[in-house]
Amino acid sequence: MAAVAFSAVRKSYGNNPVIHGVDMQIADGEFIVIVGPSGCGKSTLLRMVAGLEAISAGTIAIGERVVNNLEPKDRDIAMVFQNYALYPHMSVFENMAYGLKIRGFSKSDIEARVKRAADILQLDPYLARRPRELSGGQRQRVAMGRAIVRQPAVFLFDEPLSNLDAKLRVQMRIEIKRLHRELGVTSIYVTHDQIEAMTLADRLVVMNGGRAEQIGPPKEVYERPATTFVATFIGSPAMNLIPARVQAPDLFELAGGLSVRLPAPRGAAAGTDLTFGIRPEHVALADDGAPLTVELAEELGADTIVYGRLDGGQELVVRVPGYLELNIGDRVGIQIDTSKVHLFDKASGQRL
Amino acid sequence: MHKRVTFDNKLLPYLLVSPQILVTLVFFFIPAGEAVVYSVFSQDAFGIEINFVGLDNFLFLLNDPHYLRSFGITVFYSVAVAVSALIPALILAVLADGVAKGATVYKTLLIWPYAVAPAVAGVLWVFMFNPAVGIVAQWLRAAGIDWNYKLDGDQAMALVIFAAAWKQISYNFLFFLAGLQAIPKSLIEAAAIDGAGPMRRFFTIILPLLSPTTFFLAVVNMVYAFFDTFGVIHAVTLGGPAGATNILVYKVFNDGFIGLDLGSSSAQSVILLLIVVVLTVVQFRYVERKVQY
Repeated sequence: MAAVAFSAVRKSYGNNPVIHGVDMQIADGEFIVIVGPSGCGKSTLLRMVAGLEAISAGTIAIGERVVNNLEPKDRDIAMVFQNYALYPHMSVFENMAYGLKIRGFSKSDIEARVKRAADILQLDPYLARRPRELSGGQRQRVAMGRAIVRQPAVFLFDEPLSNLDAKLRVQMRIEIKRLHRELGVTSIYVTHDQIEAMTLADRLVVMNGGRAEQIGPPKEVYERPATTFVATFIGSPAMNLIPARVQAPDLFELAGGLSVRLPAPRGAAAGTDLTFGIRPEHVALADDGAPLTVELAEELGADTIVYGRLDGGQELVVRVPGYLELNIGDRVGIQIDTSKVHLFDKASGQRL
Repeated sequence: MHKRVTFDNKLLPYLLVSPQILVTLVFFFIPAGEAVVYSVFSQDAFGIEINFVGLDNFLFLLNDPHYLRSFGITVFYSVAVAVSALIPALILAVLADGVAKGATVYKTLLIWPYAVAPAVAGVLWVFMFNPAVGIVAQWLRAAGIDWNYKLDGDQAMALVIFAAAWKQISYNFLFFLAGLQAIPKSLIEAAAIDGAGPMRRFFTIILPLLSPTTFFLAVVNMVYAFFDTFGVIHAVTLGGPAGATNILVYKVFNDGFIGLDLGSSSAQSVILLLIVVVLTVVQFRYVERKVQY
């Protein structure tokens, strides 16, 4: 087990920069989830830790060692790939034993380690089978088994659950969480799925366009998103972002004419334009509230998501607990919970 | 899972396949049928007298030391051609697979020899290795090797093997390259993380995953050496010296068209036909079942 340190890590392909300097300290035993839309550089960053991509500038250290110039096999890491990357011509046992054999472990040691991993992952009955004879979930477990038999310092996961169906994904998510608790190995996990990100992470790294927009515990990222990108990427449905203007030190006017009484952030004089953010779950229905015309209502069972338009034309999404039957064109009143408002700079998108 | 094309018109499918059937009929079934017929007759060189002899032609062949020698030569030759065409092709494919820049240029150049007709390829090699004027022959002699494939049967055999294999390397290269590109990159990366160096990755991951391709090519190359290298032999050695490169196909031609022993020649072609059938069956059986991981 080991800590991992990124300092000013950059990557470019030719003249095309894709990672613009990532700084991050990962503590020993921490579970870090890197989340972001496709093309944000999250997989590239992970592959740089693994040694599958060269590091263009900056350093990555695992434990005390800077690993920039080390081969993947010398970095003391194990990786779980999105397509599992199981060796199709080998049995489950051979798949897990391959790395150990190469590293010259004794036969009895190999058997003991594979056996232990198979126990942990409930793979015992399948050791003699070939990967193609296994279901998706079982293959996934073999891929994890191959990672844990070596007892590496760091686990790397590259979207390991995205090839599974929804139900299995939930199961495997819980299993990964359990494994991490049992083994306590430093883990870096890349995903585009925000539920995986929120549930697995000790700390979350939200990436966008090759930059780490915010690094922090899931709760903090959710409650205090650092930028408008993070605000809309984490949380579903996404946070409502509404252009707003400071009218007076304690009064905002939102696009569409809705006024909200709220202390303005420091340095924001009257007339300052900014972005006003409120999560759908922090807007309530209230009979005496501002009128909203319903355009669509999704009844999810536990919640109802109401998509509507304020009188001034501004769109607004509201999440209401419980089952609510609404028709298109219905008018409801809404009330914004002013203690849950997020304010962002209009130009930079940074939190104010 | 495969979508089947269905035709409402009863006649149309037959119409569509009829050109192929016609070609096969005229150029394969009719000549092959005639060969089978001729193989049980004995005919004098002028075609005046024809006698039914049953299986005598076959029995004679199986007891003919010349034929058995030719059989042995053919087996050695085809295995040698297959091996010498497969190994360089695999090496080239692995190298080409690793090339990032100018990959298309390499591939195109490597494919060219396949476009050369066997007889032309043979002539090329004859020019290079001709004991009197060939440039490679001169180098060999300068290196102290007494090079004269027109007298030395082993040298003649080596030369036709090289000439035949050289042409087939391109074909094998294409298949190996496609096979290599079908192996997911992440498998190789996983093996690298597991600690396997490039050589080890090649022998424990890549080669086993290529085994279906390799097996398919081995059979195709044997068949190629058996039947399609007539042009090479004809241009380079004419089956000589002293029958050292007289492979079965060449012997069919020699006995039938030069020696005018049509009965024996036909019997030989029927035997060849059976060998092809066996090889094809083996190939289909294996390709569809055995060699899969």
